[in-house]
Amino acid sequence: MKKAISLTVNGVGRTAEVEPRLTLLDLVREQFGLTGAKLGCDVQVCGACTLLVDGKPISACSMLAVDADGCEVVTIEGLSKQNKLHPVQEAFVEFGALQCGYCTSGFILTAKALLDEIPHPSEQQIRDYLAGNFCRCGCYQEIIQAVKNVTSEV
Amino acid sequence: MELADIGKTFRRLDYETKVTGRAQYLADMSLPGMCHGKILRSPYAHARIKNIDISRASKIPGVVAVLTRDDILHDQGIEPYYGPVFKDQTIVATEKVRHTGDPVAAVAALTVDAAEAAIASIEVDYEQLPAVLDVQEALKADAMLVHDSVKLPESGFADLAELKPVEGTNLCTHFKLNRGNIEKGFAEADHIFEDIFTLPATQHSFLETHACIAAVDSGRRITVWATTQNPFVVRTQLANIFKVPVSKVRVIVPYLGGGYGGKVYPKVEPITVALAQKAGRPVRVVLAREEVFYTITKHAAVIRMKTGVKNDGTLVARECEIHLDTGAYAEIGPRVAKKSGYTAAGPYKIPHLKIDSYSVYTNKPPAGAFRGFGVSQSAWAVESQMDIIAAALNMDPLEIRKKNGYDEGDKFVTEETLRAVGLKECLNEVAESIGWESARTGDAKIKEAPPAGSTRRGKGLACMIKATITPSISCAVVKLNEDASLSLYTGTVEMGQGSETVLAQIAGKELGIPLEKIQVLGVDTDVVPYDLTTSSSRSTFHMGKAVQLAARHILRQLTAIAAAEYSVPEEKITFAEGKVRLPETQVDYAELMFKRFGMRGGTLVGEGQVKTSTKDQYGEKSTSAFWFLAAGAAEVEVDIDTGKFKLLKYATAVDVGKALNPLGCRQQLAGAAITGIGQAMFEEIAYDNGQLINPNLVDYILPSLGDMPATIDPICVEVPDPTGPFGAKGIGESALIPVAPAIANAIYDAVGIRIKDLPIKAEKVFLGLRDIE
Repeated sequence: MKKAISLTVNGVGRTAEVEPRLTLLDLVREQFGLTGAKLGCDVQVCGACTLLVDGKPISACSMLAVDADGCEVVTIEGLSKQNKLHPVQEAFVEFGALQCGYCTSGFILTAKALLDEIPHPSEQQIRDYLAGNFCRCGCYQEIIQAVKNVTSEV
Repeated sequence: MELADIGKTFRRLDYETKVTGRAQYLADMSLPGMCHGKILRSPYAHARIKNIDISRASKIPGVVAVLTRDDILHDQGIEPYYGPVFKDQTIVATEKVRHTGDPVAAVAALTVDAAEAAIASIEVDYEQLPAVLDVQEALKADAMLVHDSVKLPESGFADLAELKPVEGTNLCTHFKLNRGNIEKGFAEADHIFEDIFTLPATQHSFLETHACIAAVDSGRRITVWATTQNPFVVRTQLANIFKVPVSKVRVIVPYLGGGYGGKVYPKVEPITVALAQKAGRPVRVVLAREEVFYTITKHAAVIRMKTGVKNDGTLVARECEIHLDTGAYAEIGPRVAKKSGYTAAGPYKIPHLKIDSYSVYTNKPPAGAFRGFGVSQSAWAVESQMDIIAAALNMDPLEIRKKNGYDEGDKFVTEETLRAVGLKECLNEVAESIGWESARTGDAKIKEAPPAGSTRRGKGLACMIKATITPSISCAVVKLNEDASLSLYTGTVEMGQGSETVLAQIAGKELGIPLEKIQVLGVDTDVVPYDLTTSSSRSTFHMGKAVQLAARHILRQLTAIAAAEYSVPEEKITFAEGKVRLPETQVDYAELMFKRFGMRGGTLVGEGQVKTSTKDQYGEKSTSAFWFLAAGAAEVEVDIDTGKFKLLKYATAVDVGKALNPLGCRQQLAGAAITGIGQAMFEEIAYDNGQLINPNLVDYILPSLGDMPATIDPICVEVPDPTGPFGAKGIGESALIPVAPAIANAIYDAVGIRIKDLPIKAEKVFLGLRDIE
């Protein structure tokens, strides 16, 4: 039986009729057409599907859409405004913190959550906070550099 | 706008679309009327299929097509057998399944739920057969055969022509290399070392799983959107399977979410096209994570290496047997056997060699190309044994490598001359980076003195030589538009390596055009000219050269136009900063185009072709169009109570020829090294009686930021190759290869424990330490 939910996605109010077993990732990708978040491992370890729900990074592959009822969801598509990159996005570009780009939306949103929580993280805090996201191309050093640099800008 | 250049880091062309989440990967795409495809896979490692009943599955609402062996065996329009080297694969299993996860049937349905329900409703009656799960078992005379016989293609890869399966055995290929006189070589040796090294099957684990969308129209025109590194190989294979000319097959490749060799050759494309053809609708198949582990793996290997050495450390003879587990299908296993055979002597001058490299069929998921294939297997043995030899002779591991290592002009094992060889520069750079001389005792400290604390530090290094696929072809087209902007048409797949940017830099540098005015088109086999493959670290060298030639073709056309329009001799015309310089004046390209076409319009088309062959420019034999040289060095800290160790620092140096985009080069070096760290310390596909027990990213461990050393130092060594664009060589794979032996050598340096079986885990070190006590 479908359930009606309402939530805010990138600042816009949305409603949806969803099967209780639908994941938040499928909701944003398949129904809302926001495909920036990717399915990677499907078991909450790789971080490619990361979204911000009420400001916290979560693995959308393992969260039910019904549990996001009433929540504020931010996806990578909601980060840049009027074609101007968010400072975290800009730092990722400048420091070459991505190769294939499949993990990138997850890393950027997790990094944003870190900086919202701890505006000036130490390198160890960056390593610990981002350890739940995989970059198989191996851009970890560049990612640390990028996040550090956002820190100094903010 | 800044003009394009080389040797300088530019903002990558694919970044903005990727950081904003707008880049479209395959699973983000869909077509109107599209069905969802799912695959039924074998639960057994080896079984005969007695019966398949699809009656229940077909009746499930929303199911459009169910594909089984009946569809491929009795359709005159389908050639059931395919494969890049041997035709030993089928779209779905025909008589028997040969590995756990082998596709048995597939369903196309209007919803994913209906497709999954239908898959669960297909009833298959199997007769289980004994499975061959080990390379040594597989080669026994009474072994169960994985394939009763193997079909060969009409024409295959030129470099693999001599490698054939041995009928009536599980031997997929046997590559032999003999040099000098092996008995004489061992007779000359003062010391003989013999060791066995092993490494397990691993998985590429790109975060984007294999996926495909296929559409077949009534005229048998096939269009596929594919996650492939070699669209033209997929096109050929699909044309053969579905019996149409290649012009009837269109392969479109979006950005890939990683490749690393795991997306070369057909993967899900044949089954998706067959489903789409039967369904009469477009079909999308996106593999689940578990299915990726059944689709392709890296070859596990057992390597026996016997080496004869003089008292002064000179290597004189080597006998080596390499057994590679190629799994149920040959895939590219024959080339893996060949490459590991060629590199079993390492980057060293050894006059007497007897190398036998085997790829062997077993009832395991197929093994294929994995970043640096063949060499990452052989180098584990070569570079580990090099330190065993150094320790026994009380020599410095760096010195023994430099003593035996290749220099410019040396002969490779195939007797061809090596050129542009930056091996020793790479060794020196990594040694300096980790402070080789300081705080390194070079022997097993724990044996000599009781430890004062519970941790010991050690340093180790390793190096390698590798070839690129030869012969091969890359073609490029460059269009100069009426406003002096440029469009690049190439078959190189952007999978994260930064090829779009570097190809644009090359074209822009030749023509004096800023990157902002250059568009690199996506890969579409209907549009771009032929390219063999985006693999083997070949694109910058081959496609870069083709783009350079295409840009120069444009310059020649501009010269001819300027000569005619301004009545000046061609030899008086030069180019600088995007302008045509004439004796009296200068014009920009747009002005010249206007003169030529008489209005704001028209196109100049430049073409470039690169074809490498088995003979080089001097007429000498050429196994590789250019050579890869690299070295790596590690510093570790080992806890002697628990065996737990930490990688403190890793330095990687690669002879890049010329760093066209320095940041891009460092990314490739560090990235490959990090993959190497995973292979060295964590990654291993675990089997229980032919069943994969860790086909997921919880139990199959990938390196994360938490596992990274404090520093990874990527170093570009530049020994230019005169045949590459601006001297550049390929760089994508080299840095991965030395990692595992460098770490193993560092652990030996720290605590005197020699690990010969990958991955290097704390418990192996712990058990070794306990034995010493």
